[in-house]
Amino acid sequence: MDFELNEDQIAFADMARAFAQNEFEPHAAEWDQEQTFPVDVLRAAGEMGFCGLYSPEDVGGLGLSRLDASIIFEQLAMGCTSTTAFITIHNMATWMIADFGNEDTRQQWCPELTAGQKLASYCLTEPNAGSDAASLKTTARREGDNYILNGSKIFISGAGSTDVLVVMARTGVDGPKGISAFAVDAKAEGIVYGRKEEKMGWNSQPTRMITFEDVVVPASALLGNEGDGFKIAMKGLDGGRINIATCSIGTAQAALNRAREYMHERKQFGKELANFQALQFKLADMVTELVAARQMVRLAASKLDAGHADKAAYCAMAKRFATDVGFNVADEALQIFGGNGYIKEYPMERYVRDNRVHRILEGTNEIMRVIVARRVLMEDAADLI
Amino acid sequence: MDLSLTEEQQLIQDTAKRFAETELAPVAEKLDQTKDKSILLENCKKLAELGFMGLNINADHGGTEAGVVAFSLAMTEIARACASTAVTMSVTNMVAEVIQAMGTEEQKNKYLPLICSGEYRAGSFCLTESGAGSDPASMRTQAVKTENGFAISGTKQWITSAEFAGVFVVWAVTDPEAKKGKGITCFLVEADAPGITVGPAEKKMGQHGSATNEVHFENVEVPESAILGKLNDGFRLAVAELAGGRIGIGSLALGVGLAAMDYAIQYTQERKQFGRPISDFQGLQWMIADRCTELEAARLLLMSAADRKERGLPFAKEASMAKVFASEKANQACYSALQMLGGYGYMQEYPLERYARDVRITSIYEGTSEIQRVIIAREIMREHS
Ligand SMILES: Cc1cc2nc3c(=O)[nH]c(=O)nc-3n(C[C@H](O)[C@H](O)[C@H](O)COP(=O)(O)OP(=O)(O)OC[C@H]3O[C@@H](n4cnc5c(N)ncnc54)[C@H](O)[C@@H]3O)c2cc1C
Ligand SMILES: Cc1cc2nc3c(=O)[nH]c(=O)nc-3n(C[C@H](O)[C@H](O)[C@H](O)COP(=O)(O)OP(=O)(O)OC[C@H]3O[C@@H](n4cnc5c(N)ncnc54)[C@H](O)[C@@H]3O)c2cc1C
Repeated sequence: MDFELNEDQIAFADMARAFAQNEFEPHAAEWDQEQTFPVDVLRAAGEMGFCGLYSPEDVGGLGLSRLDASIIFEQLAMGCTSTTAFITIHNMATWMIADFGNEDTRQQWCPELTAGQKLASYCLTEPNAGSDAASLKTTARREGDNYILNGSKIFISGAGSTDVLVVMARTGVDGPKGISAFAVDAKAEGIVYGRKEEKMGWNSQPTRMITFEDVVVPASALLGNEGDGFKIAMKGLDGGRINIATCSIGTAQAALNRAREYMHERKQFGKELANFQALQFKLADMVTELVAARQMVRLAASKLDAGHADKAAYCAMAKRFATDVGFNVADEALQIFGGNGYIKEYPMERYVRDNRVHRILEGTNEIMRVIVARRVLMEDAADLI
Repeated sequence: MDLSLTEEQQLIQDTAKRFAETELAPVAEKLDQTKDKSILLENCKKLAELGFMGLNINADHGGTEAGVVAFSLAMTEIARACASTAVTMSVTNMVAEVIQAMGTEEQKNKYLPLICSGEYRAGSFCLTESGAGSDPASMRTQAVKTENGFAISGTKQWITSAEFAGVFVVWAVTDPEAKKGKGITCFLVEADAPGITVGPAEKKMGQHGSATNEVHFENVEVPESAILGKLNDGFRLAVAELAGGRIGIGSLALGVGLAAMDYAIQYTQERKQFGRPISDFQGLQWMIADRCTELEAARLLLMSAADRKERGLPFAKEASMAKVFASEKANQACYSALQMLGGYGYMQEYPLERYARDVRITSIYEGTSEIQRVIIAREIMREHS
């Protein structure tokens, strides 16, 4: 058992930190306020390998472990939460195509996706199927060598600016077993994008509704087998949850760093804020919880890497815990800034707005508890607890 | 012990509720998104017509003379619909109350009718400076004795309503040699006095509809008669009046928290996942039970502080307790309510993200949560020594 990063991991982290400091941080406030999707910077991230971190090398990925990826994403998130979160979704969707696509599909998309030349979206949620994703209604009807897609997806990250959509659609019976996954050309005829949603945060990436009207998808675009779609979607999300949890931690770390500096700079009552015990204790709790959350995320990542039988439960625990802690740390950091925390001249309020959504997406934190509780209550859960 | 409202208090609450629902709620979202101050000013005008700009001001000066409890009730109802309008109302009432408490007959006759009638669209409370927030006694703004009165120079920060207020209550150092807090005087300064410049609107996390500006005083000449209260006695006055203001801000926070819960509770009964209304899930039921219990406790703390103030009893500790509790619990209520809407909670199409952004400042302005705890602890220690 070793809690230290190895040499490679330290090098990855350094590289990612430098990239985030140079390419993300100086622009993050502007991207937020102007709602800019920084496609050029995503391409640059692709050149660094950040767009296919855990995709296999034969399609241009770096083939890293989830733990390595988490270490890298954490550094990136310190520069811009929202942009990093998009990159993590892109990584997830890219990996799904690379892992479950047939050779043609992999070669069609993955080299450009891993290079950041093309971008991917993950399309599961529907207006009436959010937490209950297995009840989705979008259909894929087989017709000769094609499937015909009909239905709509909501809250799709990147939609309208991405090139390939990983779409979960119903090919069979009700429930999870009747769902299949497809890699769909985002520009295919019959795909209609809704207006850009106005959101509380995550403003450097568009979120849109997508409607499929008789969209023709070649049968070869099927990922895995018919009926595997829900399983594939959940496998993607196991990693996705680690990624989103990581984004919360990186953001919280950035907020904590700023708060720590501010406590030395700002004086009230003739002394540095750092002298007030109430703030010292606040900071102590923030950093303690943040370290615990980071370790939890890394534990889940290594369970996923090891293919542990309870990896899904660990990912759910990590996602729930780290996104809650990450939000609270950012919120307390805002508080330490007093009125400045509420003003857009400082990044504190953006950290809070951006981190807020991590408790909702890729499975709400209530659903994480459902997953963990279900597992803990099983008879053979001894290993987990 | 009787916790029921008087007929008059009930009437004020009903009036406020009806007004908020019919006049404020329909424009609140637009005010947030466009920051169009003409909407806010129209709201202020209507509030004055209702007598809400001087709820606790004597009738012979144009006030409503409804008392502190009624003020708190009205504040909560107004904030349920629009926090930006509510803070403008709260600060204006506070300005009127300082004048009523400390003003000469002449000052009261002159300014109170102008504020209560809405002829002055608002009043501003100019205490904070960039270097003096939690510690206002360290302010730098100076009022230098001149032949006919004083000349005020300095810069106040984050002044609510500054860009359209008719009158400013301004604190400035009149005796730089005096012990800290003993050489500060309070002045009534008309907004059109030569030498005053109001800075551009600050960009904030929330309460987009309210105005927050820097106010710059450059040798602003005021007569001796502009002194409010006594020379060098201004700081005590600020401390006393802020206690009353805290009842206002606590009541405001409660209103936003209640609005968020109202919306979420209804939503959980309509939204279906897993084939049933999500209100069937015990996880959400408990969230609702806890948040509503906390808000009810906040309401009782506020009522108790308001009642003490109304009866002329000491109320500083109670006001601080009410403010810190109500603002923190209202924040939690807004975040839980947002959570109960899932992804929809994060979208501007629904009001929850606005509630969460708006309510965040209530644990910062008019004394941060930390400062409330400092006050509460100090009062308790004093009681026990
Ligand atoms: C900015 C943003 C980006 C997104 N990006 C994507 C994307 O790229 N691709 C994609 O497919 N989706 C995306 N989503 C959708 C996201 O994953 C869903 O919003 C999320 O899964 C919740 O679904 P819902 O919004 O329908 O909420 P609902 O499922 O309606 O949930 C409402 C509330 O009920 C609770 N609840 C539901 N079921 C239970 C239960 N059994 N027990 C207890 N409580 C329960 C929830 O926790 C929540 O509090 C995105 C969402 C947002 C906001
Ligand atoms: C939107 C908005 C509207 C406002 N409106 C007005 C207005 O109309 N008029 C006006 O005069 N002011 C106004 N303010 C200013 C507001 O009252 C101050 O921001 C607030 O008092 C905090 O001061 P500060 O921002 O300087 O924070 P600081 O005093 O710098 O505090 C920084 C942090 O240190 C903590 N801290 C400070 N002292 C202690 C201590 N002794 N012990 C423990 N912790 C401590 C604080 O709680 C906070 O967490 C407004 C501010 C905003 C953002």
